[in-house]
Amino acid sequence: MGQQLVNGVFLGSIYALFAVGYTLVFGVLDILNLAHQAVFMLSAFVALALVGEAHLPLLAAMPIAILFGGVLGLVLERIAFRPLRGRAGSNISGLISSLAMATIFEAIALQLFGPDTSRFPFGVIPEHTLRIGGASVSALQLSIVAAAVFLMAALTLLLSRTRLGRQIRAVAENPKAARVLGVNVDRVIAAAFFLSSALGGAAGVLFGLAFNSISPDVGRSIELKGLAVIILGGMGSIAGAVIAGFALGLIEVFVVSEIGSSYRDAVSFAVLFLVLLVRPLGLFGRAAAREA
Amino acid sequence: MSDFLLTYQSLFAFVGINALLALSIYATLSCGQLSLANAGFMAIGAYAAVLITQRAHLPLSLALAASMALPALVAVPLGLPVLRLRGVFLAIATIGFGEVVRLFLVNWSLTNGALGIVGIPQLTRPWMIWVSLALALYVLARVQGSRAGYALEAIREDETAARTMGIDTAAYKLAMLSFGAALAGLAGGLEAHLTYMLSPGAYGFGRVVEMLVQAVVGGSAVFFGPVIGAAFLTVLPEALREVGRHVGLGPGAFRLLLNGAVLLVVILFLPDGLASLLRRRRR
Repeated sequence: MGQQLVNGVFLGSIYALFAVGYTLVFGVLDILNLAHQAVFMLSAFVALALVGEAHLPLLAAMPIAILFGGVLGLVLERIAFRPLRGRAGSNISGLISSLAMATIFEAIALQLFGPDTSRFPFGVIPEHTLRIGGASVSALQLSIVAAAVFLMAALTLLLSRTRLGRQIRAVAENPKAARVLGVNVDRVIAAAFFLSSALGGAAGVLFGLAFNSISPDVGRSIELKGLAVIILGGMGSIAGAVIAGFALGLIEVFVVSEIGSSYRDAVSFAVLFLVLLVRPLGLFGRAAAREA
Repeated sequence: MSDFLLTYQSLFAFVGINALLALSIYATLSCGQLSLANAGFMAIGAYAAVLITQRAHLPLSLALAASMALPALVAVPLGLPVLRLRGVFLAIATIGFGEVVRLFLVNWSLTNGALGIVGIPQLTRPWMIWVSLALALYVLARVQGSRAGYALEAIREDETAARTMGIDTAAYKLAMLSFGAALAGLAGGLEAHLTYMLSPGAYGFGRVVEMLVQAVVGGSAVFFGPVIGAAFLTVLPEALREVGRHVGLGPGAFRLLLNGAVLLVVILFLPDGLASLLRRRRR
């Protein structure tokens, strides 16, 4: 029981970190960025290459890979989203252009790293474990949860306390009014993409360390989990994504231990369907009815 | 000429199947709905057809009929609740449906789970694909410009206004989802009897993305657009294969890169797809 709890929180922290970036862009732009998973995957590969090829220590490679994710976000915004802004039906064409970018990123990974699973070199990942109560927790798991929680707390602080955070929230609320009030909307949107993708990249690096297997299609399954998380949490809600991420991690782990692992991935879709049918706003979505 | 046809016979067969799949996405796009359930419908059609010919030993014609009917029926209970959702929410819910179908097939012992079924005899003949495609195009051509066609267009432009004018939007959307499901299922049945094998891995999210890319690249404003897109994106990687090898790209990466780059260029610079080039010239 205690062990299940530990595993669930661990898995949930990665889901939450991934979904927070996803939902940040949706909150600001009303666009589903399906290239988020590709940023996740490429950042994981970059961390791996920095450690494996350039022989950097892990703690130096991580921030570089996260920054790389953020820069990918800027590229995404500039190429795939900014040109479409203001077009009719731009949230569907934005979804499609993000798919195009995801495909291109995947092609790059396939070319550079090959289709097979890559792993961190032996000895890079710390392996000692601690015992808390009846459960065993590895130092790695503990640091991953800590890192994820730290990043999410930093984002929350940034959004609530800083000038940039206020501007991001203003643009999310009403881009036209924000522009009238002197906010540089284009720059704020770019900043939101940077933050979102840096968090997605961080999730990728942590995922890579946690499971020590990275391949060009590694983002596919977390993409679908991420969708379930942001739907459950309420599209655009950061707090919702955090809570729903941990919730999905816990639910999944308990389903595996109670029912078996073959339907592990079905859990997220059951959650997704139920929420969409019963309460499409999710747990913390606001009844803004922007879709109408 | 006959050499040419023989060499490229299988390529042309895939053009036809991909065209059917792209049209299945077009069916819902024509009334403004982005549904991504079609890889799931395709899987249902493929598995139904193969179970009928391989396990029940019944003729292919019956199998193909079932591969259309079954997904079309499944689309109804799926569509009733799901089609109330709009925009990206519909897209997300239908992605979920596709994954549920795939997961079910991975865990289904009757069809060997993730390994799938191999050694399926090649029963599909090229003419079957072309006749199916011609029929699908005929139906869609007849719809365009008819009363139903105008209703679909009205729903695409503004669903609320369309409903206010007395158009039964729910019924039209459901009909198109079901029609698209039948096309995707038929393509699945035809493909399974062409490629000798069947496995759940072929019907994942990547597959429906491929269909969407072809429909959008060809152009989703006119019914023949998706066919152009399917033909273009199926032939292009083959035609440029030497180029890819020359610049040192692996075949898989090259195909993905082409798909992504073509889609990006089209969505940015040619929002109505390749089909809009034809129209402009005609004008």
